[in-house]
Amino acid sequence: MQYMIINYTSPSDHATADSVREAAEGAAWGGYTKALMEAGVMVGGNALHPSSTATTLRVRNGARSIQDGPYATTKEQFGGYYIIDVPDLDAALAWAARNPAASSGAVEVRPVVMR
Amino acid sequence: MGNLQDAEDALSDALVAALDTWPRTGAPDHPDAWLLTTARRRWTDAKRSGTVARRHADHLALLEAERSGNEGAVFRDDRLKLMFVCAHPSIDAQVRTPLILQAVLGLDARRMALAFLVSPGTLGQRLTRAKHKIATARISFEEPGTEVLEERLPDVLEAIYAAYSVGFDGVPVGDQKAIGLTQEAIWLAGLICQLMPDAAEAHGLLALMQFSEARRPARIHPETECFTPLDQQDTDLWNRRMLDDAERSLRRAGQSLSLGRYQLEAAIQAVHVARRTTGLTDWSQMLLLYEGLVRVSPTVGALTGRAVAVAEVYGARQGLTALDAIDVEMQTSYQSWWAVRAHLAARAGERGAAMEAFDRAIGLTEDAAVRAYLFDEKCKLSCRDPCLSSN
Repeated sequence: MQYMIINYTSPSDHATADSVREAAEGAAWGGYTKALMEAGVMVGGNALHPSSTATTLRVRNGARSIQDGPYATTKEQFGGYYIIDVPDLDAALAWAARNPAASSGAVEVRPVVMR
Repeated sequence: MGNLQDAEDALSDALVAALDTWPRTGAPDHPDAWLLTTARRRWTDAKRSGTVARRHADHLALLEAERSGNEGAVFRDDRLKLMFVCAHPSIDAQVRTPLILQAVLGLDARRMALAFLVSPGTLGQRLTRAKHKIATARISFEEPGTEVLEERLPDVLEAIYAAYSVGFDGVPVGDQKAIGLTQEAIWLAGLICQLMPDAAEAHGLLALMQFSEARRPARIHPETECFTPLDQQDTDLWNRRMLDDAERSLRRAGQSLSLGRYQLEAAIQAVHVARRTTGLTDWSQMLLLYEGLVRVSPTVGALTGRAVAVAEVYGARQGLTALDAIDVEMQTSYQSWWAVRAHLAARAGERGAAMEAFDRAIGLTEDAAVRAYLFDEKCKLSCRDPCLSSN
């Protein structure tokens, strides 16, 4: 069985990509990642850029509504995720708009921290 | 082109030159090509003196390659492309206009903060965050398609109009840089009209700014140096050629069925300007246009303008009623609301209320010439003898 472990952190702890990278290598996160790997249970994972780089997209009546910032309310549940590799945000948003959740709820698009 | 900073840097020198030259010589026939030539020449000069970074040169080469590669491409000016990037929907709506102004016209947060009614610190933070997002989330610098252009046009037009307003108000008479800014705004709107010939609001905005610019020479009387309100301006001082341009732009806008905010505002200007030939201002037509405007865009400026038209058509008392019906929060620090209230109260014979409103209007005025004018008007009310006003 595979499980997803989702990290909720305070935005002030990881305000920049550099601090995210640093934390990923640091004692706490680095140690945790290493422990997962050495236990042979790690399937994959990524750090994300801070939520200030997020864009939230919804499709209502066939029209896209795009908003700066992360998905803020908790009426919907976090249902799953995709990682895609495209040239820029517009291409990512085009794929996000096709996501069924865009019409029924919302889709948040966040850049992944590349290492 | 993937970096906002590089794009800003590479064009800024040429822009400075443009702002120096165009007010004197007029804009060249092909401003985009001219801008690039100047940018290259400036770079060559700078390279000789060893002051320019290598990436700058690379960037200019890139711009040029891109241009010659897309002969006949939609974008006539790299700044237009930048403007549409800054109007991307994934950027905070509140920061789009200031971001455009900074990226394209080099305005700093301090100068813009006044126009956007936020503190310079807050605006600075929002700008930094938006630029960071453009870079990190990788917002595309590709030429946007037609659909995208239409979607982002309102923000781009708003930025151009804001640039025009910053250039128009915030500036003492004869400030070359500010005059440059109003001309810059008119020029950019002209480019958008070429790029999107069917966008009625772009033509409407162009007309609006051309009307306003044409009347500028009469705003401060050349001899007395006194501020003169629109309805008392000497129409011979208006720039006739610019008025013709404005009327042409408005006709162009009118070919479309849609009726937006800028078109209506330009039409209101056209009614004012008609006094040049008829000697009269058609206030009932004006009121009709204002009724339309407050439906499309119920800003405090539009609502105040409507109250003036109501007063002209139905009398000062009716005008005051319309004026007082405007949301109190909107009135509080809006200079024109208080200036209009002062005049209408005076006409309705409410001397005390008028004096009070004059004081408030004077306290909210930034322009020294307008302040002197309001002092004078207040004086006329308080003493029958004409009195000398002070700045």
